[in-house]
Amino acid sequence: MPNKTFFWFFLPTGLAMILFIGLPIISTGIQSFYAQHDQVVKEVKKCDPFGCTVSIVVDQEKTSKIREEKPLGKFNGFGTYIDRNHLAIEEIGKFWNETNSFGEFVDQVTNLPFYKALIFTLTYCLFVTPNVLLLGFIIALSLNAVTRRIRGPLIFGTILPMIVTPLVGSLVLFWMIDAEGIIGANLQMLMDDPYLSLKSSKTLTWITIIIYGIWHHSPFAFVVFYAALQTVPQEPVEAAIIDGASRWQRVRHIVLPHIYPVVTFVALISLMDNFRVFEPIIGFSAEGSAQSLSWLIYDNLVNEEVILFGSAAATSMMTIVGIAILLAPVLIRTWKEFRTAR
Amino acid sequence: MEYGLDKRSNALKIFNTTFIIVWLLVACFPFIWTFWGSFKVRADFFSRADWWYAITAFNTLLETGGKFTTDAYSQAWTEGEFWKASRNTVIVTFFVVTISLFLGTLGAYALSRSTRNYAFWILIAALIFRAMPHITLVSGYLFPFFQLQIWGILPTTIVVLVAINQPFTLWLLYSFFKTVPKELDESALIDGCSYFQAFRHIIMPVMWPGVITAGLFSLMLAYNDFTVTALLLNQENHTMVPKIQSYLGTNQHEGNLMWAVSAVVSATAPLFMLVMFFQRQVISGLTAGAVKG
Repeated sequence: MPNKTFFWFFLPTGLAMILFIGLPIISTGIQSFYAQHDQVVKEVKKCDPFGCTVSIVVDQEKTSKIREEKPLGKFNGFGTYIDRNHLAIEEIGKFWNETNSFGEFVDQVTNLPFYKALIFTLTYCLFVTPNVLLLGFIIALSLNAVTRRIRGPLIFGTILPMIVTPLVGSLVLFWMIDAEGIIGANLQMLMDDPYLSLKSSKTLTWITIIIYGIWHHSPFAFVVFYAALQTVPQEPVEAAIIDGASRWQRVRHIVLPHIYPVVTFVALISLMDNFRVFEPIIGFSAEGSAQSLSWLIYDNLVNEEVILFGSAAATSMMTIVGIAILLAPVLIRTWKEFRTAR
Repeated sequence: MEYGLDKRSNALKIFNTTFIIVWLLVACFPFIWTFWGSFKVRADFFSRADWWYAITAFNTLLETGGKFTTDAYSQAWTEGEFWKASRNTVIVTFFVVTISLFLGTLGAYALSRSTRNYAFWILIAALIFRAMPHITLVSGYLFPFFQLQIWGILPTTIVVLVAINQPFTLWLLYSFFKTVPKELDESALIDGCSYFQAFRHIIMPVMWPGVITAGLFSLMLAYNDFTVTALLLNQENHTMVPKIQSYLGTNQHEGNLMWAVSAVVSATAPLFMLVMFFQRQVISGLTAGAVKG
């Protein structure tokens, strides 16, 4: 296709992506170097019969004027990146000097908001992604062994958790797991602990969100693996059966190597999706004990007093760096393949 | 795998059946339970005394005189203004799907027929864009949108959702157009058609299976979105998902939690219907990128 024709065909979608994905990333980058204005204060002298007192109040007029003049805020350089709510360089240095043992130091650092969120996000990715692959593969194998006639409805039932939005999915589970729901109440009875509840324990909350993640993402892995299983050639499998290979050996040595490229695809996609975990935290109302990077950004953006654009943007930029690190191996591999293909 | 040689032992069969039944229970029971519970009053579905009330409908009988009640639905849809939210969802979904498909088919067709290097790089860029967490993009939008005073209205959200949706649509339709033989449109070009004419008369009649799949995914994205719609729309214009969240915010209010329950059911039901009808397309869409490439 000639360049000119390509240009006109691609212009609308290219424009949409540049304007609403490319530019926002740049805008986020710029915003991250600015911070909201401090409030302008003034001294007010108040006199009454007993004497005069000087109090400091916020000058609303001047504050809103300066905000109107420079809506982006004041230039802050990398200030936002290293402040207490983000990388917290200063605090970490302080902890390093003040704490006695390494464990204590780690404890202090992981209590800082950014690191807390980072650790939750990584833990979530680390536990959800492999389990999604495993569960998805097992479901695909066992559905593949069922009579063809009843597979349709079974597949429909299997993909339900995936097609609902994460907020709805987590709410539906939360209403069951909560102390007043069916599972929560029965767990209380079983453990003989009337105060057992999701909100009371950080570990329980994390486990619940991770289980939710596996529940929500496994159907996707299932669908892709199921489709891949249909393309496994029959002859080698039959040959293996004749040679007396066990079921496990057949899966291990014939099926798995065949669908290996698909496994990496699913792993990549679910890693990307898991890294942006956010809605379940709202669905499970777990803000208290589990915060993710995306949730931190959301929290800054819905801040009541003044929206913390700078802070949200800084976290966003670091999230993007995180995504880039995750994607790097794949991109490098694609680039190498592309070069050799030429 | 159904192979003639492959004899399955009975133990394995039983294990397999049990596993599938357990998994289906795990996957579907939460939805069935919520559906059931949405016809109860709050004291039953969120019972402090005994979860069994949700089945026997003890309080529902006391409060409404029947075992089932549709109070939560009628209140959420009228008082809770869920009708407005669902109207907004319909508007957003309709325009997002139409515009996405229009832009996506043109772009993906060009990508699939181009042999240049830049087509490859555009696809890689689209993959990177696909990986961006939506919330990071939203943090980029908010400030300029406030300045331009286009925050809070439906058209802005529609355009944003279309753009966010483009990378995936492009990939999906790109891998679909790759399966359409090149000779089809090339012969039209030789006969003197322009590329636009070839696209209009040769490609458009055969592209519908791919377009339906891509349309379904655009629909699911627009319908299910929370991040963008919650932060870019004002209260008046909220779509269904942020509306459900707003019912949760006022947890203390007696009725509202049941509003959320009934709203969840109302929002999920059409989606399930749709997937039931188009199951084949959904599955082919999910596997398009994976199995072929």
